[in-house]
Amino acid sequence: MKNKKWLSLLIVSATLIYLVLPLAATFMYSIAKEWSHTVLPISYTLDWYKELFTDLRFLSAVGRTLTVSVIALVASVVTMSVTVFVVYMYLPKLERYLQAITMIPFAVPGVVAAVGLIKVYSSGPIVLSGTIWILVGAYYVLIIPYMYQGIRNSLRTIDARRLMEAAEILGASKMKAFSRIIVPNIMNGIIISALLSFSILIGEFVMANFLVGGSYETIQMYLMRRLNENGHLSSAIVIAYFVIVLMISWLMLKLGTRFNQKEVNKENAA
Amino acid sequence: MNRKVTLFAIIALLPFALLVVGFLMLPLFAMIHDSFLAADGRTYTLEQYIAALTSPYYSKGIVNSLKISLYSSFIGMVIAFVVSYSITRMSKKIQNFMITFSNLTSNFSGVPLAFAFIILLGNSGLFTLLFKEWGWSMTDAFSLYSWSGLVLVYVYFQVPLAILLLYPAYSGIHKQWRESAALLGASNLQFWTRIGIPVLLPSIVGTFSILFANAMGAYATAYALVGSNYNLLTIRIGSLIAGDVATQPQLGSALAVILGLMMVAAMWINERLMQRFRRDLR
Repeated sequence: MKNKKWLSLLIVSATLIYLVLPLAATFMYSIAKEWSHTVLPISYTLDWYKELFTDLRFLSAVGRTLTVSVIALVASVVTMSVTVFVVYMYLPKLERYLQAITMIPFAVPGVVAAVGLIKVYSSGPIVLSGTIWILVGAYYVLIIPYMYQGIRNSLRTIDARRLMEAAEILGASKMKAFSRIIVPNIMNGIIISALLSFSILIGEFVMANFLVGGSYETIQMYLMRRLNENGHLSSAIVIAYFVIVLMISWLMLKLGTRFNQKEVNKENAA
Repeated sequence: MNRKVTLFAIIALLPFALLVVGFLMLPLFAMIHDSFLAADGRTYTLEQYIAALTSPYYSKGIVNSLKISLYSSFIGMVIAFVVSYSITRMSKKIQNFMITFSNLTSNFSGVPLAFAFIILLGNSGLFTLLFKEWGWSMTDAFSLYSWSGLVLVYVYFQVPLAILLLYPAYSGIHKQWRESAALLGASNLQFWTRIGIPVLLPSIVGTFSILFANAMGAYATAYALVGSNYNLLTIRIGSLIAGDVATQPQLGSALAVILGLMMVAAMWINERLMQRFRRDLR
């Protein structure tokens, strides 16, 4: 068996190259000055990044993406943590239904969600079509599965029921126990799910395109429009976007290990 | 006391409930309702479904979507099956690195991914030029903007996801099993066909159904690559609800319901098969 280890190594290396290649090419393109008829660029430059970060249109697209994502995330963190907590603590019978509801967005692709949202909000009593609120709502729903899983798992790991009991015996009100004891303890879990959700939202194109279209250009829509105009600039956008995703993943990893570390310490102390 | 708790619970759950109803339930019901209406938006009819399933244009889109989802899921699955196993044989450090890396690249989809492939294999892509320099014209055999190109790009976004989902399953195959099987005279092939794959089967089926759903619902990748030219179910739905030509929301709704049902079916089959396998394993 041992003599075949080189084969595994070969396969893993080949996979790595395969996965890296499109990214590496995009990166090369983003720093290439002249690159049209040769295999490797003739000369390099950082001008594309300079151009990108001084382009007002790009900066406002970043601002728009951040605005929509942050509103949806804040709404999600506040309402979901309360909902998941209340159901977990006081209405365990509803847990099955809550879980079923949180799974639905998985089975609804962006384009399908867009069909229904356009139908409901382009006419009738509430018209949201073309405003950012329809996108905020759509994003709120999109990240429900991830937020639910994260919050639910953290409540389980900290054994929220016993913590609440202890706090209440010591004289804290339910509200106080929740805000002072439970929330700080699950904060790490909430932040990790929020970061994951954020990296999904900044990569979202389909719903932004259908729901707000030209009136609210997000990063992904800006990229889509620039795709055929300027390849170098587009690759600079892709790399910038990817660096953000990379930083988010790194942060999640750090927070995750800190969270696990705490658990380990707790177990050792017990 | 009891009433107080109920009141408190209702107030606490209200914002979530309102948002879910407003942006998930209501739109879904409206879409389903719309799919049973004629183009005038008033009379109830099944004509949208009949049109969706019998018109060569739309049924072709459905078949194409099914095909590309099955192909890309299958190829992605086979690659991930081999790669995940190879990863488990590396040192812990490399294993962690590969999983983190797969996690990262699984974010790489949609418009950015399509763009990266254009740089690699597009009309003046890196490899296109390289091959031209070597004297073979790639464009005769392969075009990124065709069916084969689309399959290639789909496979790319399936592989990291498949690795992430399948890799944990390998921890279920213990080293001792391989040793015992070898001691009892089983060949490598026999081990995998009689023990390895049956043990992994629930995970394989589960991963496959997720990959399938992932590909069925994909829109941005294909759209960024070929615009509305390629006949896929999601692209058709998109142009029916917000196209350049007159929109037909009812037909779009019917197609969206069909797509949604396929997703649910994939999940359901996964659930059923898992149960059956688990019973067999018991």
